[in-house]
Amino acid sequence: MEIVIAIAIGVLFGSGVWLVLRPRTFQVITGLLLLSYAVNLFIFIMGRLSINLPPLTLEKGPIDPALYADPVPQALVLTAIVIGFATTALYLVVLLASRGMTGTDHVEGREPEL
Amino acid sequence: MLLLILILAPFIGSAVAAFLPANARNSEAWLAGLVGVIGLAITLSMLPSISDGEVIRFTAEWLPGQDLNFILRMDGLAWLFSVLILGIFLLVVLYARYYMSPKDPVPRFFAFLLAFMGAMLGIVLSGNLIQLVMFWELTSLVSFLLIGYWHHRADARRGARMAFTVTATGGLCLLAGVLVVGHIVGSYNLDVVLNSGNIIRNHPLYLTALVLIALGALTKSAQFPFHFWLPHAMAAPTPVSAFLHSATMVKAGIFLLMRLWPVLAGTPEWAWIIGGAGICTMLIGAFIAIFQHDLKGLLAYSTISHLGLITALLGIGTPLAMVAAIFHTVNHATFKASLFMAVGIIDHECGTRDMRKLRGLYRPMPYTATLAIVASAAMAGVPLLNGFISKEMFFAEALQVGSDSNWWMSLVAIAMGIFGVTYSLRFIYVFFGPTATDLPSTPHEPPRWMRFPVEFLVLCCLVVGIIPALTIGPLLHNAVEAVLGAQTPTYSLAVWHGLNTPLLMSFIALIGGVALYFLLRTRFGLTQRNRIPLFHRFNGKQVYESTMLELMTLSARLEKLLGTRRLQPQILLMMLAGMCAALAVSWILPHGWDLVAPQAVNIPFAAMWVVGCACALAAAWQAKYHRLAALMLVGGTGIVVSMTFLWLSAPDLALTQLMVETVTTVLILLGLRWLPPRILNRETEAKVNRLARTRRTRDFIVAVVAGTGMAALSYLVMLHPPGSKIGDFFLERALSEGGGSNVVNVLLVDFRGFDTFGELAVLSIVALTVYALLRRFRPAPESIPLPAQQVNSIDPATRQTPAQQANSGYLMVPSVYLRLLLPIFGVVAAYFFMRGHNLPGGGFVAGLILSVAFIVQYMLAGTAWVEANLRLQPHRWISAGLVLTAATGIGAWLLGFPFLTSHTAHVDLPVFGDVHVPTAFLFDLGVFFVVFGSTMLILIALAHQSVRSHRVPTGAPVQAAPGKEIH
Repeated sequence: MEIVIAIAIGVLFGSGVWLVLRPRTFQVITGLLLLSYAVNLFIFIMGRLSINLPPLTLEKGPIDPALYADPVPQALVLTAIVIGFATTALYLVVLLASRGMTGTDHVEGREPEL
Repeated sequence: MLLLILILAPFIGSAVAAFLPANARNSEAWLAGLVGVIGLAITLSMLPSISDGEVIRFTAEWLPGQDLNFILRMDGLAWLFSVLILGIFLLVVLYARYYMSPKDPVPRFFAFLLAFMGAMLGIVLSGNLIQLVMFWELTSLVSFLLIGYWHHRADARRGARMAFTVTATGGLCLLAGVLVVGHIVGSYNLDVVLNSGNIIRNHPLYLTALVLIALGALTKSAQFPFHFWLPHAMAAPTPVSAFLHSATMVKAGIFLLMRLWPVLAGTPEWAWIIGGAGICTMLIGAFIAIFQHDLKGLLAYSTISHLGLITALLGIGTPLAMVAAIFHTVNHATFKASLFMAVGIIDHECGTRDMRKLRGLYRPMPYTATLAIVASAAMAGVPLLNGFISKEMFFAEALQVGSDSNWWMSLVAIAMGIFGVTYSLRFIYVFFGPTATDLPSTPHEPPRWMRFPVEFLVLCCLVVGIIPALTIGPLLHNAVEAVLGAQTPTYSLAVWHGLNTPLLMSFIALIGGVALYFLLRTRFGLTQRNRIPLFHRFNGKQVYESTMLELMTLSARLEKLLGTRRLQPQILLMMLAGMCAALAVSWILPHGWDLVAPQAVNIPFAAMWVVGCACALAAAWQAKYHRLAALMLVGGTGIVVSMTFLWLSAPDLALTQLMVETVTTVLILLGLRWLPPRILNRETEAKVNRLARTRRTRDFIVAVVAGTGMAALSYLVMLHPPGSKIGDFFLERALSEGGGSNVVNVLLVDFRGFDTFGELAVLSIVALTVYALLRRFRPAPESIPLPAQQVNSIDPATRQTPAQQANSGYLMVPSVYLRLLLPIFGVVAAYFFMRGHNLPGGGFVAGLILSVAFIVQYMLAGTAWVEANLRLQPHRWISAGLVLTAATGIGAWLLGFPFLTSHTAHVDLPVFGDVHVPTAFLFDLGVFFVVFGSTMLILIALAHQSVRSHRVPTGAPVQAAPGKEIH
């Protein structure tokens, strides 16, 4: 399992890095989305992989923490997902404004000379 | 308490003054005068206690843990300076009432003047060195504003900038010096510092502290070699010059040296640095003053010279020299302020300050002339005036320095005296001779009350000069005792001490000065001479200008070398730096290879990720030319991520990720419409130059390295045993103390509620920013016409509005279906919200679900129809949510608990039975509101753009946007 997640994070992160280094604004926004998946997963696996152990302490009485997944990375990632949406929206609007003002979707604000 | 009023009144007055109407000269002057009178009354009422040797203090806690408190401290020295500041302030206010033209924006003037007065009082009353530096910098800042008051004039702007650069740089040095002193003593409290003189003087860091503090004081008091800013500061209105450059700003440096005299003085270093600077300044200033043509310029250089005299006295370091220094500070303030005001009157009535033009002013303005002549006689040190007594004390001290063998100091003192007499003669010469006729305006006496401040100050000069012991004596004694304490010498203030060497020196200076003046006039054409002999090459201003220029070029070069405005290199650098940081961190971490065995690979899970990775790679490949495809592929990866969360015991994350995925896709779909068409052109693609290909190869390598590194890092982390988790704490207490069994939700709304609160604020701010940015959004010209798909002569749907399509057109079935779903969506959202505390769900998820419910309505029936039938007002949802969360937090305060403490109430409802309602539930409701409101605000703002842009200018042909066929 670990190797699958590790490769997945690597692929998502690599594709994201490639895309944010591209010159077109849409490529950058796609890259940011992929990067945020990779980073969220990376934070998430800091609590290690646990299957069928959701952090829902339903039964009464003393609790054995070993029987539940780590809730802290989950809480962190949950807020990160929502904030990620907000920053994506902000970036999109900046992208559109820059496109409207400069007439190009190149991140530098002007087309490169060929 | 009175001290606090004293220091606050000017600042409050300043704020009030700033808001008075622009032409309220009288009320501004009354307000400022009132503040001055209050201050003066408070200060005078403290005289009895001060005379008893008492030190009045006011302390308010500021950072008690760091031993930093806001301390006001009034002793004899501070008292004398306060009276000086307040007294001259009152006179200047009266004078400025007549000086300022009705056209000048006076609120700004009086507001700055009051603030400056407050800052100056802050310096003299500070009982804490850090606080002193803060007020010190405040005076630099406000003096910048005051000197640049006529900011339409280039010389005012330049003079203000120069004064600010020099004094604020000095202020920074002072701060450093004060920190060194604080380090040596272990406290910034002035009382403690003043008692640690021996510790400081014997400390290895003494010289560092002395140099840094001296830099601060010498720049502020315009001492050589930093004196050049003062003449340029004369571009200020004359009342400002009279206030700043006689009694306050430049005296701040002197004050600081006096204040720290018991601690720093008495070493050879002190004598050389302070005394040396003082002597140079005194001579150079006096010499240059002789050759000025501008009346204010002459006064500026004479001020520099007199400040040098005071500094030299302080540098001499004997107790009697200190007495003379304090005394001369007061005397200089009185005669120099009156001279500045007299010059202001001349300037005001004649329209020029050029001594080459002004002649015979005695006849048109006899009163002013008499006053100015008496004041300049005081400046020259003529007997029976105050300047004479303190100058004679200086001569006496100068004699002491060299004892019998070394006469240098005495010669320097006499030279300075001679120059002083010469420039004073130069000054009063404007009153004699035939009256000039070519002046810009006809000279005449000023209004009665404009002359009053000068009269009053000149009277002070006379009274102090004739009966010093009865007038200034006791006050001076208080100040001297405050500085010297037990070292206070016996001295007598009197005009006549019998025939002695200082008296002889005074007469030499007087006669020599008169002789020098006539010599220069007859032989060297003094009145018309443009170049200052010897010193014309030596130009501090030039050094300053070239230093500033060098700094600018250097910073420009550095910026060019180290900075870029291009995004791509920045991102590349950021990525590389991030990779290096990760590498460095994993290098220094302990390498315990005590690994756990990996879990067996689950085939369906692996297959799922094969799809996920393929989607990501394909998106990376296609994002340039096939945006829609890339967006769908990214969405595919998002779903796989969401499923992974579900698989790995994080149901809350899975839900949130799924909803965010939906909303993000809609968001970007809305944005796609405004991007320029990009068609794959195989010819251009083939011709892409080598540079681009190299760049791609480079980026590809970076991406592969980053991805591999990240994968390796993740793998290693997962094979390490988790160790002690803080998560256990939350798991054990979520139900018992947070009242909910969904630990993630309890964490968000209870344990870490404050984080969530901040995050909601961020979300709201982003939403409002998006909204604000889009209000002024102008789409690119080629995006304005309808897209090709909507302009089609065959399809009848293109002629319908979205609402028609949904209500009766081809979208009728889905629209009925989705409208039916709206309330069901509502119920689902409510369900997820309600159970959130115990089972997966909560405010975040519920907010997102509800926004999706509304978004689909928009997508289907169009913005116009939905808004005609629904009033959503997302702004209100956001504010309601923020208010609710804040109120929940503050509610805990009211009950005496810390912010956001939660409480669980048990309510017995008829149908539901015993329901427990934690306050975290209310907080979660706030989260729900904010998330829903923000999401809706962002999406609706974007959706509105297409409504707005359809308002194509009438007459413009509606045509298909080119190149949309690629989708």
